[in-house]
Order: sequence, then structure tokens, then C-alpha cells
Amino acid sequence: MMLHIVFSRPEKWKIFRKRLLNEIEVIGVKSLPIVALLSLFMGAVIALQTAANMTSPILPEYTIGYITRSSTILEFSPTILSLILAGKIGSNIASEIGTMRVTEQIDALETMGINSLTYLVLPKIIGAVLFFPIMIIFSIGLSIVGGWLALISSGLSNTETYVFGLRSFFVLGDIGYALIKSVVFAFVIVSVSSFYGYYTKGGALDVGRSSTQAVVISSVVILICNFFLTQMILL
Amino acid sequence: MIEVKNINKSFGSNQVLFDLSAKFETGKVNMIIGQSGQGKSVLAKCVVGLHEPDSGSILYDERNFTQLEGDARREIRKEIGMLFQGSALFDSMTVEENIMFPLSMLTKMTKKEMLDRANFCLDKVNLSGKNKLLPAECSGGMQKRIGIARAIAMKPKYLFCDEPNSGLDPKTSIVIDNLIREITYEFGITTVVITHDMNSVIEIGDNIIFIHQGQNWWNGDKNSIITTENKEINDFVYASEFMKDIKSLLKSKMKTLRP
Repeated sequence: MMLHIVFSRPEKWKIFRKRLLNEIEVIGVKSLPIVALLSLFMGAVIALQTAANMTSPILPEYTIGYITRSSTILEFSPTILSLILAGKIGSNIASEIGTMRVTEQIDALETMGINSLTYLVLPKIIGAVLFFPIMIIFSIGLSIVGGWLALISSGLSNTETYVFGLRSFFVLGDIGYALIKSVVFAFVIVSVSSFYGYYTKGGALDVGRSSTQAVVISSVVILICNFFLTQMILL
Repeated sequence: MIEVKNINKSFGSNQVLFDLSAKFETGKVNMIIGQSGQGKSVLAKCVVGLHEPDSGSILYDERNFTQLEGDARREIRKEIGMLFQGSALFDSMTVEENIMFPLSMLTKMTKKEMLDRANFCLDKVNLSGKNKLLPAECSGGMQKRIGIARAIAMKPKYLFCDEPNSGLDPKTSIVIDNLIREITYEFGITTVVITHDMNSVIEIGDNIIFIHQGQNWWNGDKNSIITTENKEINDFVYASEFMKDIKSLLKSKMKTLRP
């Protein structure tokens, strides 16, 4: 019901475009530093742990690059990063909309004759769905760089072997799988958080409660969706 | 004119409004008064469409608001201006942007026309030149006046004010009251004010509706509220000894003025 109203035609396209760009900046661009930091270190840790656990002599050294690439593309960048972003973006959205609810700003929009759900939520959903795939590609790239930096600096492998591993058994569909997951998770984070924010009742304490619920529920829904998407796409 | 006919409203098992009917007249300041928890705000929220009544109808100049949906209902809402208790200004926007917001969303006015209108509204509420301030930089009284400026920006036919004087000092309250009265008379709009402030009621109330136990308990004007013998309204208006003394003074004053 809520989503049906959210996806109504915006009152003014010009204002919608302006809000969309603003949401892309708030949800996407401003998340890039944390995404970059997490991706670099996670990539480095994946590479180091793989190298440290390579005890069997029959396993070739390029396996490190192969595992770093696969785990980054398949799981780390789309899923783990989305779980982290559910905390950052989800709480931000729920508290922003929740505060607007308890301070009657949403009532003000409604009495003006403005569809508050479309005005507030639609640009956030579209912005996140458009920018999450870009963010995930960015994260995949940085994770691989992080892995390479860790291996080179520790002397556990060399560039040629690592790059050979990255290119081994590469399936382009894995990127598609990661992008599909990122779009679904973006939608989940924004819609769940907006729902909890929009239906906040009470005062400041309740805004905090909505924000926590938004993060918890988005994370659970992401995990469930991840399970079903993996079954549907990879198996 | 806004007509409320036989409205009932419940929240779960708690019925708040009981078969309530009322008329809010055009070009007058209509006051809704009553104790806390008697259903004043629920009534106002039903009238503006923020709550759906369980039964009954609301007529805006004979247009049945309760039977309308979607765009048709939104068209009537565009004729409504509302001042909220906490002002409900958009805190990320400047004063000017707040006032221009409904214009930019709902009209095809150019930026210059919107700016002119915003300046006109700011001038009306004596806040000329405060365009670039953020709501957080304004005092409570200023925020109320900005709220009024935003409410009148769309040239509304109906103006609702939810406790416009709450949290304000007596002097600023009088400024807000005078502003509401001035705007009502100047533009001939139907104004509905929900208030606890008896000073406002006596000062600007042309048509007063006393809500008690979710019903329209008493109806009258600012003169008849002084002379009424209705027990519930006297208990509400003249709750303190001081107000009781004021009442007897006012009554004797009115007797001497009568031929």
C-alpha cells in the first residue's frame, strides 16, 4: 500500500530531479569514503587470510587472487557492504523521516495537498537503486587493490601471480549477480527505513526506536533476500 | 463555510468524537475551545483530512470532502492553509524557501513571482528582510509568524491554526492573535483556531465552539461566553478565582453598557 503511493507521479518533475540529485549525494556520494576504507581493508584481510591458510603444496599461489576476487564480487562487496550501509543510510533515513513525522512536517506536506510519500521516499529509492551498483563496482575495485597492496607489502605473493589469479576462471555473470543483489539491497534498505520513519508515533525516543528497528529489520531482510537470490541466480 | 455533520471518530475502542456537528463561518475567526483530551485536535485533523472520520461528512462550501479521494481531495487541500502547534517549518530550508515551498510545488509561478509573493507574506507578518534565516535561528514567535506566512502563501480560502499561542509570552500572543484576525478580515477567509488561551478567545473569537466529551457542547460568540450559565463552559473558562472576578467585572460592565 505504502509503495503503491510512493510510486505515484511526482507533483513537479523539476523538484523531483533536484531532490533525486540531493539524495544521490546524501545516500551515495557521502558514503564513498567509508565504502573505500572498508573495501581496502577487507580486500587486504581476505588476501592475507587466504595466503596464510595456503598450507597445501598442491594449491597454486594464484589461488589467492582468485579467492580474493570471487569472495569480493560474490559476497563481500554486495552483501557485507550493504549490511554496513543499512546501518549508516538506514538509520539516517528513518531518523530524518521520523523527525519530520513527530514535528508535524509530514502533516504540513499533506495539508498542502502534497503527496508526502512520493515527495520524501521516491527520490531516496531511485537515488539508492541508481547509485548502489556504482558503489559496489567501486568497492570491488578497491578490495582487489587492497588485497594486492597487502600481498606486495608483506611479500606473500607478487603482482603477476595475483593478477593471474584475478583473471583465472572469471565468469562475467558474477558481476551481474553482484549488481542485481546491490539493486535489491538498496531497495530494501531505503523502503524498510522509510517505512519505519514514516510511521513513527510519539517523540524523540520513538524516533530513536524507529531508527534501530529500521537497521535491524533491513539487515534481516537483506540476509533473507541474499539467500533466495543466491539460490535463484547461482544454483 | 465549512460544515461538519455528525462526525464520529474512534481510535480502537476509544471513541473521541460523538456525532459532532459544527459550522465554521466565512470571514470570521472560528474558535474551537475545550479541555485537553476532549477531541479538539482530532476534530481539526478530521476536517483537514489528516484523520478519516468513521462516519459523518465535512463540507467545504458544499463540496463533500469526505467523499472525495486522490486528486479531487488534493484540490481542496490546496485551498487550505495550516499553522501547526510547533510551526512545522522545514528545518533544512530558509524562511524564504519555506514560504515559497507550496508555491513551487503546486503552482506554475516563476521564481520572481514566488519571491514577490514570499516577500508580500513576510511583510504581512512583519518579518521583512528575514528571508535568509533558517527556522532554527528564529524565536518561537517568529516561527509562528513564518508559519502563518507559509499558510497564507497560496491565498487559502480556509486557514487552520492549531494552538497558535502555545509557548508564547502574552505580548507575542496578542501580536499573533491580531495577525490572524487581520488576515481573516482582509482576505475574507474561513479561519478555524484551536486554542486554550482564553485571552485569545475574548480578543478575536467571532464564533466559539466548546468541545466537551467529544461533542459540540456550546456555541456562541465572545460576548455570550461571558454571560453564559452553562456549567461546563464556566468550569473551563473561569477555572481560577481570578478569572471568576474578571467574569463578574465584565458582566457588570456589560450591564452598564446596555440601554
